[in-house]
Amino acid sequence: MPSALPRLPDRQAAALIGAYRRSVAARRNRTLVLAAVFVVLILLSGHLAEVRPGTLVSNIANFGNYLAKTVPSLSVQSFGSDVKAWYWNFPSWLKLLGETLLISYLGTLFGGLVGFSLCFLASANLVSNRWLRLGTKRLLEFCRTVPSVVFALLFVIAFGLGPMAGVLALTIHTAGALGKLFAEVVENIDMKPVEGLSSTGAGWVQTVRFAVLPQVLANFTSYSLLRFEINVREAGVMGFVGAGGIGQEFLVAIRNFYYTDVSAILLMIVATVITIDLLTEQLRHRLTDARGVA
Amino acid sequence: MTGAAAATRSIRDLALADLAGLKARHPEAFAGSPGRRALAIAIVAAMAGLALFAMIWFDFSPLRIWIGLHRLGDFAVMMFPPSAGGRFQAFLTALGETLAIAFLGTLAGAAIAFPFAFLAARNVVKSLPLRFAMRRIFDVIRSVDTLIWALMWVSVVGLGPFAGALAIACSDIGAFGKLFSEAIETTEHKAAEGVAASGGSRLHQVRFGLLPQVLPVMASQVLYFFESNTRSATIIGIVGAGGVGQYLTELIRVLDMDQVAFLIIMILITVALIDMVSTRLRMALIGTSMVRR
Repeated sequence: MPSALPRLPDRQAAALIGAYRRSVAARRNRTLVLAAVFVVLILLSGHLAEVRPGTLVSNIANFGNYLAKTVPSLSVQSFGSDVKAWYWNFPSWLKLLGETLLISYLGTLFGGLVGFSLCFLASANLVSNRWLRLGTKRLLEFCRTVPSVVFALLFVIAFGLGPMAGVLALTIHTAGALGKLFAEVVENIDMKPVEGLSSTGAGWVQTVRFAVLPQVLANFTSYSLLRFEINVREAGVMGFVGAGGIGQEFLVAIRNFYYTDVSAILLMIVATVITIDLLTEQLRHRLTDARGVA
Repeated sequence: MTGAAAATRSIRDLALADLAGLKARHPEAFAGSPGRRALAIAIVAAMAGLALFAMIWFDFSPLRIWIGLHRLGDFAVMMFPPSAGGRFQAFLTALGETLAIAFLGTLAGAAIAFPFAFLAARNVVKSLPLRFAMRRIFDVIRSVDTLIWALMWVSVVGLGPFAGALAIACSDIGAFGKLFSEAIETTEHKAAEGVAASGGSRLHQVRFGLLPQVLPVMASQVLYFFESNTRSATIIGIVGAGGVGQYLTELIRVLDMDQVAFLIIMILITVALIDMVSTRLRMALIGTSMVRR
């Protein structure tokens, strides 16, 4: 089969090739400039963050050793008693883990309630008063931008050491995060039921209760469960500033180089977080399925 | 207008006047199903019970709350007017350090997660055990909080921002690994098939069929994480891993509330600026990728 591709006359081909090369060169130049800016940024932040690659290289072995030291000595013969020695403080750790879970539960519940009561005020389709709406939005933004650990630091001084400070800190952060998400859900509802209810003379609260709530409740629950997942992680570190939960014990273990305690507690935290993740995922899938049927 | 209002008013009045009759004629509109109602009540009761138990355990006494609120009020008064206390320069440097930690950490996390994400993607790696193992490793890395990573790195490389950057990188590897592999799995396979049809190897397929589709998505995710890592990096100093958190902790401990307020305002402004810039960049990235497709 002879090839019968027609060739362009050389002059036209040259013009096309030239245009192609120019556009490729322009793109390459832009990429080079971007890369240069990027490298400068990396070097600058490397200087600011006191990056010492040498230290890392010489200490990466340390990290390996560190991990190796946290591995408990387990043998097949005396497996039971080895595990018992590793988890020597199991009942107390379990109690602290329960405390951590309850901190995140209370924080999610209270924060969800506050976010719930504020979200309708931040929704453009329900509140026509611009100042009230924007004021609520800014308040929610403030609550979620200041990290919860900062609130925990303040509350530990105000309310005393212990889980209560952690609960309140999580409450504020959760209210900010959930309030925003809730408001977005409310702004996307079908407005026909709202119009229907207000046309029969229902008040604002009645409209929200019977026209808005049935549409948004499944979504609200799903977002709250997601937030609970995040809060379990956050509650795990609240103890670093004395705000309750298992974090305090972990901090002590790391600071005092109780290597096997570090791995024991860390494993418990990881197992809990992953279990909670899986459970809430199941629940959320069920929620969305139920909504799809209805 | 007034006519319509009068009409609705009269319908409402009629309905209210005949409420008993309406209830008798349409019982299903007034009574919810008893089973569902019982379930709802049981769930609410269980949640309230658990909350009550937790509050008693955590000693939520009214007196304690009252005293605490009183102290918070004092703090709020002490915060005004916010002042840098002559440490503006130091605060700025610490903020720069925070940004550097977030930037380097995000970048390193993304760079390390990038190759591993391919190993966890269904359409690149056919072996189920390898994929499953990668996924679980990402899950475990992700379930450890940044502050815990920071604490561990401080014991390895010593106090300072370097430990913070490493901590951010570590916790990001898990998140990026998951997100990147999901992005890879949702690509169209037509481009890769085309490369294969013209004789490209497996590596060619990834480079010319997959990468152009996923890179903009990944870049946008990296930017998003830079935003959220800026927030994480502000508190990472609490465990001695550099940045503005160190000042924040000290100032709160010694109750220099005016400086605390000043520093928090500086953080809020920085975070808002980063959010703005990164949102712009993300829009630009996803926009151009749409145009290119």
